[in-house]
Amino acid sequence: MIKVRNLTKYYGERLAVDNISFNIGKGEIVGLLGPNAAGKSTTMRILTGFLMPTKGDTWIADCNMVTNSLEGRKHIGYMPESVPLYTDMTVRDYLDFFARLRGVERQRARKRINDVVTLCHLEEYIDTIIGKLSRGFRQRVGLAQAIVHEPEVLILDEPTVGIDPIQISQTRSLIKELGKQHTILLSTHILPEVDLTCNRVIIIHNGKIIAEDRIENLSAIVKGAKRLRLEVKGPNDQIIKRLQRIDGVKRVSKEGNYLIVECPINIDPRGQITETIVKSGWTLLSIEAMDMSLEDIFLHLTTKEEN
Amino acid sequence: MRNISTIAGKEFKGYLNSPMAYIIICIFLLVTGTYFSIYLKQIDYTDTSIRGFLMYAPQLLLLFAAIITMRSLAEEKKMGTWELLLTSPVKDMDVVFGKFLAAFGIMVIMLVLTWYYPILLKIFGDPDMGPIWTSYLGLLLLGSAGIAIGLFVSSLTNNQIISVVVSGVILFALWYLGTIANNNYMPTGMAQVLSYFSLQSHSTNFQIGIIDTRDIIYYFSITALFLYAAVRSLESGRWN
Repeated sequence: MIKVRNLTKYYGERLAVDNISFNIGKGEIVGLLGPNAAGKSTTMRILTGFLMPTKGDTWIADCNMVTNSLEGRKHIGYMPESVPLYTDMTVRDYLDFFARLRGVERQRARKRINDVVTLCHLEEYIDTIIGKLSRGFRQRVGLAQAIVHEPEVLILDEPTVGIDPIQISQTRSLIKELGKQHTILLSTHILPEVDLTCNRVIIIHNGKIIAEDRIENLSAIVKGAKRLRLEVKGPNDQIIKRLQRIDGVKRVSKEGNYLIVECPINIDPRGQITETIVKSGWTLLSIEAMDMSLEDIFLHLTTKEEN
Repeated sequence: MRNISTIAGKEFKGYLNSPMAYIIICIFLLVTGTYFSIYLKQIDYTDTSIRGFLMYAPQLLLLFAAIITMRSLAEEKKMGTWELLLTSPVKDMDVVFGKFLAAFGIMVIMLVLTWYYPILLKIFGDPDMGPIWTSYLGLLLLGSAGIAIGLFVSSLTNNQIISVVVSGVILFALWYLGTIANNNYMPTGMAQVLSYFSLQSHSTNFQIGIIDTRDIIYYFSITALFLYAAVRSLESGRWN
């Protein structure tokens, strides 16, 4: 549904996007993850036809966005990061304007506006001037605008920035809901967001893709360590010394009441660890494998990049 | 075509919902009405023409063009809404032309409101309607050129104040080229060149009842040229 090939974008001398390629299939929700100024917004602006790439090509629903952007734009719903709105219009007029502009017939537009307003929980505010709405509601109007013409592809740039936690969770579930009918590419610099909403993640840093996979596979991409968390009753110093002698244990550290054991991803020393602890007469209260959080993965990948 | 009317309709509504259009129309009516009546009184009602109205109408019309267009594209850039406009399946030309039509529509309303000057003359005297009609045609053409220039300037910036000042300066410079050309000390060749480019020189024929195709072509070219420049300016934004 979305295809990107060797996409490169320079702003004057500054390289913003550096030769990236990826595919997004129909029905996927993909997160474009990266720190600020990583090139996320630029990539999205090129995908939507707002900017032209310096090099490379993008396709939306088989329309080349460089040579046939006008046709491709029909398939896109887009919410830019700043959530631009005409603040002097009512929600209804605003949605009607964009629905009509994107080729929805008058009758159909009326029905669609009612549908999206319900979906985005804006019923009470449909005839309110947008300028009078709070940030959270404006965000919903922005989202409603992006889906009012039933596009196949949704491109959402930082959809949960600047709204309160309750609204964030509402927006996330709305996005998940939308994912049933649309192909979605969303960008974020907040890691849990991808974790909660996306099937797949593309991590981008300094304009380059540094990792791309399904979320559950990402920890394996990181060639670093797997971690175990133990709670043991006994003299900590001795326990650490003993554990470090076990084959396959790279490092043992203390974290609060727990001991953290790091080991290579392909070795599972849990059996030996329990045996050692029990044989030494200490009490093992718990042992569990810790998944690397997206934060860890991200930190790992980006610091590796810098080194 | 439908896109143009959607954009023009939205813009037009926007003008009607903001106080700006009403304020300029009021000022326009106040000033032109004052000069309309002062002129009639000065010549003791011996001439039933709208000459008094025409004394400052063109300059005010240019001011109107600069003010009415200042937000049309500059504001979209500042608010970021043009990102939505330009990612909708709409040609850049449709955006510019829709905005042009909306501003043009407001100007037509403003000029229609001044019709009570000739109507008064018709009731109380026997005016020559020929020059009156051609004067209105001249004002429409002048206004459309002004709006096109204003739109182009507005497409270059995201600051409304810069937009109104720059387009105001350009419009008045183009207008007063005619005054400079009429200066006795100006060499003839130079004067001809200046008056060829001047918005003012091309408006005088209309005021005395002459429709010269050269004048019409001039105003049409200026309008087309600057609308085209505005479209190109939007397009070039995509390549930045």
